[in-house]
Amino acid sequence: MTPILTAESLSVSFTRYGRGLSRVELPGIRDLSLTADPGQVTAVVGSSGSGKSLLAHAVLGILPRNSRMEGTLLYDGAPLSPRRAAALRGREIVLVPQGAGCLDPMMQVGPQIRRGRRGPEVRTQCRQALERYGLGPETETLYPFQLSGGMARRVLIASAVMEGPRLVVADEPTPGLDARAAGRLLSHFRELADQGAGVLFITHDLELALTVAHKVVVLYAGQTVEEVPAEGFRTEKGLAHPYSQALWRAMPRNGFQVLPGLQPEGLDLPEGCAFAPRCPGRRPECGRGQIPYIETDGGRARCLFPGEVSVS
Amino acid sequence: MRHRLGFAGKKLIRMALLLLGTSLAAFLLMAASPLDPLQTNIGQAALGSMTREQVDRLEEYWGTDTPPMERYLGWLGSALKGDFGTSLLYRRPVMEVIGQRLGSSLWLLLTAWTLSGALGFVLGLAAGANRGRWPDKLVRGCCLVLSSAPVFWLALLLLMVFSVWLKVLPIGLAVPIGAEAASVTLAQRLRHALLPALALSISGIAGIALHTREKTADEMERDYILYARAMGERHILLRHVVRNVALPAITLQFASIGEIVGGSVLVEQVFSYPGLGQAAVSAGLGGDMPLLLGIAVVTAALVFGGNLTADLLYGAIDPRIRREAAKR
Repeated sequence: MTPILTAESLSVSFTRYGRGLSRVELPGIRDLSLTADPGQVTAVVGSSGSGKSLLAHAVLGILPRNSRMEGTLLYDGAPLSPRRAAALRGREIVLVPQGAGCLDPMMQVGPQIRRGRRGPEVRTQCRQALERYGLGPETETLYPFQLSGGMARRVLIASAVMEGPRLVVADEPTPGLDARAAGRLLSHFRELADQGAGVLFITHDLELALTVAHKVVVLYAGQTVEEVPAEGFRTEKGLAHPYSQALWRAMPRNGFQVLPGLQPEGLDLPEGCAFAPRCPGRRPECGRGQIPYIETDGGRARCLFPGEVSVS
Repeated sequence: MRHRLGFAGKKLIRMALLLLGTSLAAFLLMAASPLDPLQTNIGQAALGSMTREQVDRLEEYWGTDTPPMERYLGWLGSALKGDFGTSLLYRRPVMEVIGQRLGSSLWLLLTAWTLSGALGFVLGLAAGANRGRWPDKLVRGCCLVLSSAPVFWLALLLLMVFSVWLKVLPIGLAVPIGAEAASVTLAQRLRHALLPALALSISGIAGIALHTREKTADEMERDYILYARAMGERHILLRHVVRNVALPAITLQFASIGEIVGGSVLVEQVFSYPGLGQAAVSAGLGGDMPLLLGIAVVTAALVFGGNLTADLLYGAIDPRIRREAAKR
């Protein structure tokens, strides 16, 4: 089966003007590789600053003007050029954003989710999409400030599924929701996947991601450090990269141990493995050259000694 | 409903206080002015050759022999009854003079107000949507130059270019010189109002454009714009940005009435345009207290009306305010 989305060695950097006329290239994403299959929820997990949202923006082709993208991005097996992305977004590739702040405060819900398209069939589509998520036709005449947090998310999903998307990018769709509402929201994503769409679920909440994801991609400092089936997170042993293992140990049910240190940002990247300074199993080789993204059992990991480091 | 009545009541009290304060301030400034109305209007030589009796009668006419407070209270008393007195210079009721002057100024004010609002909004939108690129730099540069140029200087410049060098537009006045009032056509009136209106609008554009630019640039950064782009929406500027920028722009537009009225005083002076602004200048320099107070009160009411309209429109347009009010 062709993956619906493939990223290979994707990098996104920004040009900023430094002192005087010097230009500084700020890396946002450095080396990101992942695949998302149709019918599956692929969770992209990382702390803030790891480049999660940039990935979403790159897929949708809405990176800011001063950015530069390199590497390969394939949608349904063919390169996803900015022009192709522009033609597909809103129809085949859709975004489910964070919350009500993403709705125009001065526009009613109905016209907003119809996105400027008119006609009786669009109206029916719109009503059906709202109905699917338990929202009555009266929702169409509400303004965003009249929606509750949960309603706003459902409106955003309804807006996304209106035209039967093939790739749903959900960028941190849960903050501000209580556990039950978040669970309900995630079940909607799972349902979309079951109907054949690929879902890219971007979040910082590993625990939540594991409740719906088929596959987990872990980001650290703009790199993918591990891609693993969700079952890999059942035990620490199922994980190959020490950062994923650290994330596993940081989950409440696994001991709540937090790894000391901070994720490097922007230009402060160390040579060799970005995680090496915090890695408990660091060896001299880790501080040199490029670390390859190698195949592991059922996934991939960016580590010279996958699965070897395990501290307890 | 009760809420609205309360709102209207508060506004009315505020307006009464404003008008009282304006008239008092105008009166005190005039009373403290070193200009002697007798000397200015009759002339030093003529005054010197008059008998004491004649001078006394003139002093009584101009009111210079009554103590200031008594004069003000007298004016206030009749003003409250709706009588604003008689203009000392024009020898006609103040309200009649103001009505006539306002009639010819209104063309000017309205044109300038609409033009500066519409142009300023469009330019600001274009600049804000292209922040940092050439349209933005061009608009911002022009606006900064315009807003630092005094309006009377702009008026003189326009006069020099269009009337003196190119000779395409009249040099001043509201109608052709020597023409009979009945024979003046609308086209002629418009031709005469064109340059003053232009001068007045140009000075108003800068403020509105810069403000709209700032607001537009802010809105362009908001999440809902990014989301609209992510969902492949077209015409984002028209569908979303205009909607969100229009509200503050409308408020600003109505609040700018004050600036337009203020600017008209200078512009009308430069173009010898017989409007309210010019009447204000002659009333001030000629010591015509009733006319000046009348003009002060009328213009203050105009400006207040503008701000009040802005407030009311805000509630009518912004769904957040409208729907909240409907709930009560």
